[in-house]
Amino acid sequence: MGVDLKNKKNILILGLFIVTVVMLLQLFNLQILDEQYKITASNNAFRYDVRYPARGIIYDRNGKILVGNKTAYDIMITPYEVKDLDTADLCEIFSLNIEDVRKSLADYRKNRRRIGYQTLPFVKQISPEQYSIFLEKAYKFQGFSAIPRTIREYPYNACGNLLGYISEADTAFLRKNPSYRRGDYIGRTGIELAYESLLKGEKGYNIFLRDVHNKVKSSYDDGKYDKAAVPGKNIVSSIDAELQQYVELLMQNKVGSVVAIEPSTGEILTLVSSPGLEVAKLASISKHYNEIVNDPMKPMFNRAVMSPYPPGSVFKLVNGLIALQEGVIDTTTTYPCNLGYKVGRGIACHPHPSPTNLTTSIMMSCNAYYANAFRLTIDNPAYPNVTSAFIKWREYVESFGFGVKLGSDLPGELGGVLPSTEGYNRIHGINRWKSLSIISLSIGQGELGTTPLHLANLAATIANRGYYYTPHIIKSVQDTTIDADFSQRHYTMVDTSNFKKIIHGMYLAVNAPPGSGATASRVAVKGLDICGKTGTAQNPHGKDHSVFICFAPRDNPKIAVVAYLENAGFGATWAAPIATLLIEKYLKGVVERKELENHIINSNLLQSIRR
Amino acid sequence: MKTPLNLYRKLDWPLIITYLILVFIGWISVFASVYDEEHGHILDMSQRYGMQFIWIVTSLVIAALILFAVNPKLYNVTAWALYLFSLLLLIAVIFVGVEVNGSKSWFMIGPFRFQPAELAKISTSLALASMMSSYNFKLKQLSSLLKTGLTVLLPMALIILEKETGSALVFASFIFVFYREGISGWVLIFGLLAITLFVLTLSFTPFVSLIVLFVISVIAVALFSKRYITGVALLAISLPILIYSPMLGRLSIFSFASSLSNVEWLSVAIAPFFIYLVYKTIKERTSYLKFILISFTASVILIFSVQFFFEEVLQDHQRARIENLLGVTEDLQGAGYNVHQSKIAIGSGGFAGKGFLKGTQTKFNFVPEQSTDFIFCTIGEEWGLLGSAALIGLFVFLIIRILTLSERQKDSFTRIFGYSLASVLFLHFLINIGMTIGIMPVIGIPLPFISYGGSSLWAFTIFLFIFIRLDLERWR
Repeated sequence: MGVDLKNKKNILILGLFIVTVVMLLQLFNLQILDEQYKITASNNAFRYDVRYPARGIIYDRNGKILVGNKTAYDIMITPYEVKDLDTADLCEIFSLNIEDVRKSLADYRKNRRRIGYQTLPFVKQISPEQYSIFLEKAYKFQGFSAIPRTIREYPYNACGNLLGYISEADTAFLRKNPSYRRGDYIGRTGIELAYESLLKGEKGYNIFLRDVHNKVKSSYDDGKYDKAAVPGKNIVSSIDAELQQYVELLMQNKVGSVVAIEPSTGEILTLVSSPGLEVAKLASISKHYNEIVNDPMKPMFNRAVMSPYPPGSVFKLVNGLIALQEGVIDTTTTYPCNLGYKVGRGIACHPHPSPTNLTTSIMMSCNAYYANAFRLTIDNPAYPNVTSAFIKWREYVESFGFGVKLGSDLPGELGGVLPSTEGYNRIHGINRWKSLSIISLSIGQGELGTTPLHLANLAATIANRGYYYTPHIIKSVQDTTIDADFSQRHYTMVDTSNFKKIIHGMYLAVNAPPGSGATASRVAVKGLDICGKTGTAQNPHGKDHSVFICFAPRDNPKIAVVAYLENAGFGATWAAPIATLLIEKYLKGVVERKELENHIINSNLLQSIRR
Repeated sequence: MKTPLNLYRKLDWPLIITYLILVFIGWISVFASVYDEEHGHILDMSQRYGMQFIWIVTSLVIAALILFAVNPKLYNVTAWALYLFSLLLLIAVIFVGVEVNGSKSWFMIGPFRFQPAELAKISTSLALASMMSSYNFKLKQLSSLLKTGLTVLLPMALIILEKETGSALVFASFIFVFYREGISGWVLIFGLLAITLFVLTLSFTPFVSLIVLFVISVIAVALFSKRYITGVALLAISLPILIYSPMLGRLSIFSFASSLSNVEWLSVAIAPFFIYLVYKTIKERTSYLKFILISFTASVILIFSVQFFFEEVLQDHQRARIENLLGVTEDLQGAGYNVHQSKIAIGSGGFAGKGFLKGTQTKFNFVPEQSTDFIFCTIGEEWGLLGSAALIGLFVFLIIRILTLSERQKDSFTRIFGYSLASVLFLHFLINIGMTIGIMPVIGIPLPFISYGGSSLWAFTIFLFIFIRLDLERWR
């Protein structure tokens, strides 16, 4: 461009003028227009001390405290004010390592430009005893002060995984959540995380006046303008602490999950993932953190909502319901079974009386019956082809909540696995698969992944004869209502009348006399009318998983349960006793089957676990 | 060699007087910023203002030496030796320097501290002047560009190694010198555009940046093709469409694309403009269209990579400072503390200020580094808008005077050196005052002649007086 040199100087000067004008405008804004800065200037003679709120208490459904609070103190340091410090004395009071303290004091000195006149946390969570010693000698420690805080306390030795733990907010969290400040505690897992916004409360402050030498003189105007901290909201969880504790005892030395739901509300009564976290470790999580994380049993991992398993035979209930709804079978349909279904690669079955109808197929868990029913569903001539019949089947299964997140308030909940036509097209080639290719689905094997929560929800759905409430662990919150979605019925695509047909089979599976071929007759409890279905899920990790879903009583069910034990063998041997002991405890208050109870408590199934 | 005495009558007194006023303002501001009643006397040597007095007196001695005792021809001759010497010092300080506020950029000699980066500013200016004023040097040649670039980048890199990013940034000001000496103004415009889009993207969203970029591009095309009315009409029609493009998109028949985000809808809406631009460029092959197309494309890439750069490349504290400046986060206890306190201090000064030694904010240690980097707070608080504007006026006068004198030189060595001086002063002035009033991120560099500290005062005195002495030579 033909600009001569003289102009270049003028352009630079023009730039200089623009910068100057921007500066003058900002100065005009700060010094003349904006009142905020003048007001804050007088406020600068005040010192604001944060008052931390007590975190909300978590109760169980019967009013027992699961998580409470106790007082502790944080010792704060204002590096700018520290003078003539007796480091040794300070270390003695708080039992600190003198080298560490020297190092952090040196750090403050190094960064004093950045720190300026800020107050920073020095030692955290000092006990009231140490605090009183500090208070006596406080005059010796210029620049140090104490702020009361509350820390968590766990009176009931149960629900470690459910409650979760709290810890100090880290840099990554603070960057994403600007409303938090360094030093705030936040819920990391479990209920503490799920209901963080309710539990945390609101911080307040005390205002103090400073004199010219920057020393705090007195409370400003007798604390008239102080803001009190607003405590966090108390939460009532739907958990039954005693039941939870009992099931945790039953599940000791076993790997798996037990979930119990109240069908009429969707409230989770018990949710055990074993092995789990002990509450004793929650209180001082930072001390135990490495140990917990490195434990090969993964105690932090909440299997009940995060582990998709093959459902096994309990899934026959779903297939039976779908076949009934599609009209491909009815209660009179029978199929012969001679140790299995013999078409194609076939499916083996155990010896039992033949032929079976809907009721006896559930009672005796016949594989052949469901292979037949499933093929009729998928090859149903009412649909143009296998793919569209399969898509319909998939919609049915999804209406039970499988393959999707149920939307509970448990952090980390997974949706599990539900196969799709795309998946099968990939495996077998487009439209190169038929009902026989996917026959494993008929007995709950194959490309299915369901969490124990899904299965508990299935039990609750059947107990309700066709609908479920989203499972949740919150019962109520002080001064607030809980998520309205939790009181919303979710209907499956299967009619209530069809549910009644399969429930009879579930009733007989538990309550038919021994010798009738019923799979779970060992665990019947007189007067409880338990309806259940066993499952023995094959899996690539070793011995079969032991599964049992059930609800009781038959009419107006009060509780629906799943027990899922990894690599434990037959459903009837381990899962069924645990699930029914739970029901007995909940409905009767006492367990009369002492022998069974002792057997379960004292059994150790850990050696069959393949890690 | 003898310099006739009457030559000194031609000394540029406006510059010298401005210098003296600034230094005096600095002295009383340092006094005011650390004043307390126990140490009342301004010549108390145990206090910073006492020390500053010593720095001022020694600076005047140095200034006199430069004016009367050093042969000005030496500067051109020894420029490269000096340059190499400062590079050596910059390397040495990494190993034997003392650490101050996290950066290892200071030599400790007895009770005195000295920052070689200050010397490097002067020697780099001399080296540049020497190179660029040499016979048949043409800046537009690639090899020349590389040589000059390297001369600036080398000390810059060393200073970054010392973790003194602020001082390193000052070297960026040489871009103005290159501009004056022949580099195209596009470089400055592109730089400005990039910074604008960067700031917009972080403060608002890529959506806003894209719209601004579109407006700028349309205006540029209209200006160059002289089709002003078409340009205005295009803007009037397309702007509403662009702004509401996400809503229009979702209402439209393209419901299959309902999952597109706002920015993606906007990109779809801008695409025709872009395609038209590409088409026009290929068809007409005019250079301005190529320019606009390239810068448009580069800007779009910039906008979409800002987030990445910001999250992955910058360090935590740098990110915090920029976020705070842009108001993305307001962290009054952390990164924003200094600036917030500084704005309070300046804001409380009002129109005429609280009066000399009457400031409270700066004295209660609310403002950190109040006698060095944040000295402008004291002036803003005690002298108000009037005093602040006057100080800014003095700096503007100083810089313009240096530029004007530079243009009058017959010798291009002096001109280039003068431009270097003005550029470095300008950057210090912009960043230092800018950060105290919250329009620049916090970058710890002093306000020339005002901030407390011997190293900085000496360096700027030497820098300025070499120029004043060189300026005399044109009267010979």
